[in-house]
Amino acid sequence: MKLNERSLAFYATCDSPADNSGFLYKRGERHTAYHRRWFVLKGNMLFYFEERDSREPVGVIVLEGCNVELCDSAEGFAFAIRFGGTKSRTYVLAAESQAAMESWVKSLSRASFDYMRLVVRELEKQLQEMSRGVAAGCGGSRELPGPWKPKPPGLEQSRERLPALPAILPKENGCAVWNNVLGADRLPDTPGCGEHDGEESPRPPPLPPRRRVSNGEAASAGAAVAESPSTFCRLHEQYSREVARLRQDWQQRRRGPRP
Amino acid sequence: MRYNERELLSLARQPAEKAAEIRMSVPKKGNVLKKRLVKLVVNFLFYFRTDEAEPIGALLLEHCKITKEEENVFSISFIEEPERKYCFECATKEQCQEWVEALRRASYEFLRRSLIFYRNEIQKMTGKDPLEQYGISEEARFQLGAHRQ
Repeated sequence: MKLNERSLAFYATCDSPADNSGFLYKRGERHTAYHRRWFVLKGNMLFYFEERDSREPVGVIVLEGCNVELCDSAEGFAFAIRFGGTKSRTYVLAAESQAAMESWVKSLSRASFDYMRLVVRELEKQLQEMSRGVAAGCGGSRELPGPWKPKPPGLEQSRERLPALPAILPKENGCAVWNNVLGADRLPDTPGCGEHDGEESPRPPPLPPRRRVSNGEAASAGAAVAESPSTFCRLHEQYSREVARLRQDWQQRRRGPRP
Repeated sequence: MRYNERELLSLARQPAEKAAEIRMSVPKKGNVLKKRLVKLVVNFLFYFRTDEAEPIGALLLEHCKITKEEENVFSISFIEEPERKYCFECATKEQCQEWVEALRRASYEFLRRSLIFYRNEIQKMTGKDPLEQYGISEEARFQLGAHRQ
């Protein structure tokens, strides 16, 4: 099978940041001697080079569908990348320290595209539910401005439905560009917004506009600058129940069969 | 370059995000379009002869550019060699548009940017970091401002 090797080599050696890199000992396939190689992890591709400054990788391990396990090897700091399937090879690697081994095991076990996609879909769902929750509480559904394009019929439950981020993505980090995107930086000030409990006065004050964060620092009062503390607390509680429930769903689904 | 071919072949047999019979040409002399079964799985595009079980080839979709060419045709090229194009002639312009959109989102780098974007948005709305529950909030690769290209 042909692979776009030139592009792969470029991807491995270009200056896009690596998710992990360092020297590891790799056990050979036929001979059990270990060879010291320079490893570079980018996304779900684990490249290995003869030397740190080699111009091209010796090889690459595609990390989809693998398990990463510690070894009880006499070599110490050893771990294995194991694939399913009967004739699959197991890659045995050894780090030069406990810390390095732990760091590699952690990053390799979460390196798959599948894992990333799972996390992204969860976050996307959370965000959509939060936005819908805000809109719905204020008199019916409404179209959100910005990147949430109206879903085309028939594609709603499609596995590949992803947010309609602009096709040409900016090269900068997300914050400065996406700052205004949702447009929902103000909670509408219609009375009756949100839930009422018995203790509230019949007409609660309008929810204050959300403070816009322009430089990416965590908005500690992000959700609402509360004039009435009970409003903020209520929202806070609401969101954390929601997040806890979503987390439970995710954990259950994770244990279940692959979709 | 060595690679774990067995695992890649196994990946090619997994359920695809998208699969279709499309006429395709590789950047070789003549650029002849041939009917292929084209299958998108994670960030790989596999292409098969329509009656064979094993792919002829696979393209890793990182650092690539998907261009809508003329009517019903799109191309994939890689940033270090922009003139070398893999061309795909679709049956309809809708099919072409769907593939262009799917392929543009098919890279690991795109997923990473989406994750950072959603994380930031959720954090702005709730004041909480949604990655904490997954235990990955400290990872460098998910920080805002990481991976400027």
